[in-house]
Amino acid sequence: MNTTDELVSARDIRKAFLGYKVLDGVDFSVRSGEIHALLGENGAGKSTLIKILTGVHRPDSGTVRVGGEAVVVRDTLHAQQLGIGTVYQEVNLLPNLTVAENLFIGRQPRRFGLVDRKTMSERAKVLLAQYDIHIDVSADLARYSVAIQQLVAIARAVDLSGSVLILDEPTASLDRHEVELLFSVMRKLRDRGLGIVFITHFLDQVYEVSDRITVLRNGRLMGISPTAALSKVDLVSMMLGRTLAASTEREKQPETERREPLVSFSNYGRSRSISPFDLDIAAGEVVGVAGLLGSGRTETARLLFGVDLPEKGSATMDGKTIRIASPRDAIRLGFGLCPEDRKIDGIIGDLSVRENIALALQARRGWLRRMSSREQAELADRFVKALDIRTTDIEKPVKLLSGGNQQKVILARWLATGPRFLILDEPTRGIDVGAHAEIIELIKRLCHEGMALLVISSELEEIVAYSTRVRVLRDRVHCQDLTGDEISADGIMRAIAAQTGATA
Amino acid sequence: MSNRLLPFYATLIICVLAYAICVFQFPNMFSTRVLGNLLTDNAFLGIAAVGMTFVILSGGIDLSVGSVIAFTGVLIAVLVGWYGVHPLTAFVIALTIATAFGAGMGAIIHYLDVPAFIVTLAGMFLARGMSFVITTESIPINHEFYTALQGLYYRMPGGGRLNFVGGVMVLVFLAGIVVAHFTKFGSYVYAIGGNRTSAELMGVPVGRTTIAIYALSGFLSGLSGIVFSLYTSAGYSLSAVGVELDTIAAVVIGGTLLTGGVGLVAGTFVGVIIQGIIQTYIVFDGTLSSWWTKIVVGFLLFAFIALQRLLVYLSSRKALAGEH
Repeated sequence: MNTTDELVSARDIRKAFLGYKVLDGVDFSVRSGEIHALLGENGAGKSTLIKILTGVHRPDSGTVRVGGEAVVVRDTLHAQQLGIGTVYQEVNLLPNLTVAENLFIGRQPRRFGLVDRKTMSERAKVLLAQYDIHIDVSADLARYSVAIQQLVAIARAVDLSGSVLILDEPTASLDRHEVELLFSVMRKLRDRGLGIVFITHFLDQVYEVSDRITVLRNGRLMGISPTAALSKVDLVSMMLGRTLAASTEREKQPETERREPLVSFSNYGRSRSISPFDLDIAAGEVVGVAGLLGSGRTETARLLFGVDLPEKGSATMDGKTIRIASPRDAIRLGFGLCPEDRKIDGIIGDLSVRENIALALQARRGWLRRMSSREQAELADRFVKALDIRTTDIEKPVKLLSGGNQQKVILARWLATGPRFLILDEPTRGIDVGAHAEIIELIKRLCHEGMALLVISSELEEIVAYSTRVRVLRDRVHCQDLTGDEISADGIMRAIAAQTGATA
Repeated sequence: MSNRLLPFYATLIICVLAYAICVFQFPNMFSTRVLGNLLTDNAFLGIAAVGMTFVILSGGIDLSVGSVIAFTGVLIAVLVGWYGVHPLTAFVIALTIATAFGAGMGAIIHYLDVPAFIVTLAGMFLARGMSFVITTESIPINHEFYTALQGLYYRMPGGGRLNFVGGVMVLVFLAGIVVAHFTKFGSYVYAIGGNRTSAELMGVPVGRTTIAIYALSGFLSGLSGIVFSLYTSAGYSLSAVGVELDTIAAVVIGGTLLTGGVGLVAGTFVGVIIQGIIQTYIVFDGTLSSWWTKIVVGFLLFAFIALQRLLVYLSSRKALAGEH
């Protein structure tokens, strides 16, 4: 095996938390001039491995070598000095500082002992120009889009470390165009001889940009292979350790006869958010909502659930006029909403699985009729079983669960209220392939049981798998409904792309 | 950028407006004498408020300020009056103790991961208690050095006097502005206030900076205590009760976000001056109770908190609109 050009290598890494083996004899290496995808389901040990390479955790055993020499990485600062830079998905930079300060904090150029802001700005401009970013570096970072912030973070990490760049799900909140931009930067850096570790859930992106793949499962190394030599099916089966159930296949839907709508919204809209639209949803129907980031998908959900108030339009349920002035009204009517960003809007991390599940039901019952902890426990137990939520114990704080299981907890919370109309905003974002399939399965089951669902998703195959009807959004306008045979990834893509070619 | 500076501009406008109203009603207020008095009367408040600005910018709070001012005053009075120590030596001793006290609180906040509110609340009781232990009496300070310092002044055009304590406050503010915007320490303070975890991941020495922030606040509280003793020529353990709250008010009115990360030292200066103008107005009016200062400051605080929330709301809406 050729080890001469290995920038960083880890051999036989073991790590356990509270007796639970998170990493069990894992090998990993990054060579100069490669983009190396690190893949695995949630809980496979990717993050722990990265944290060991960057000095956040110490391995229980095993060696980390940098440039051939065994080292003990003390902390992130030390990792930087060793040449290993990391860009995290969520915790990034400091939006309240200027772009230049973000790039140079802790190493600002100084003149007469004071920070020389002018030189700092000039250097920041030069640095960003390498990435074809030309922005006002003396403006607050918060003014720029996530994509720009991401690139600034990369520029900073590369400038600081310069040999290995670890990107932890960098594309999670970027749209297609921004992803392209990021990939071109990654390729440029690779050609400069950097080793890039790329962690992602999007398999297409893995094939698009990576040279080599390492797959982890349950803390064990499942395989290392050049990307070109590994088929997608093999990759997925390596990640899952089982052949993928045909859950993403579209079932033959019974011909949808015109059913009485359960809820119907007409001329519903809000300026600067989403143009007025009409929407009917019947019981036992799944309306998939497709569109690009920023096309008004989340805005639609917020409007329907009463988070934002419509400026015009009316809504009826079972033929009677309803008024949704707040999420409380919506809940009382039997609506449920699983928001897009579960960490911000959904999960209360410090509360237990039991409390999180009981939350919405308790809220609907009001203050006076408190649920006893025994009732709550029964409820939680039932849903933990029904949704196969993997937790050691229902009293475990939710933040300790993996992303997919957190998502199931939120789902359980709303299912506990027995909703008639459930809105799911990106229910499968940031969760692993296995949990993904389970959630798709769950959506289908709920639909069969007669619930009305509105599901927003960026993954077309997923929408195709469960939708009885697909609503396509474009530039904050509900522009098209697809039904029956029109529902295919191709068809949706065409609908999204229609007309936007001129403006994009 | 402009959005973040908006609270500061709002403060500035309110300050100018308030002064204009005062001058309109009492033309005598338009003089450098009033200006000189404003600076002198609020010197101790302003100096402590600079320290508080750094603390709040970092996302913390320091409730021990008033007690440390009182403790410093009592300590100096006792050292000078009872033990015949030269005031300069007493200053050094007092400032050392105040700085160490602040550093200690910073260390507890960082290493034991205890909320600053609780730690500095404990510090507040401790410092106040210590000054009572030293003495419960009001000790006058009669020393020629004190008289000399009190006699120092710079005559401004128009006959107003910028005396020693006012000058110290102006210098402290200037130094504070330089530290906040032109030193690494300053950028670390903003960084920690913005997001502590991010700051740590970016290599900001969070522990060292936190300790330094509270040490700075302790030092400036001590300096404020010295200035207060020069101002009153005495040390009394019951003095400066609640001054920490006045400084917090000045900082917030000055446009600093209570959650940290956004704000200006210069804004705090304006915040202090606004409080001073209100007091001066009440003195000029002669019929109003001095409690009106508190009432107006209370209203201003509400107004500024509302303004800040509005700005946060507007910028988040803008971010949403700019998503595509």
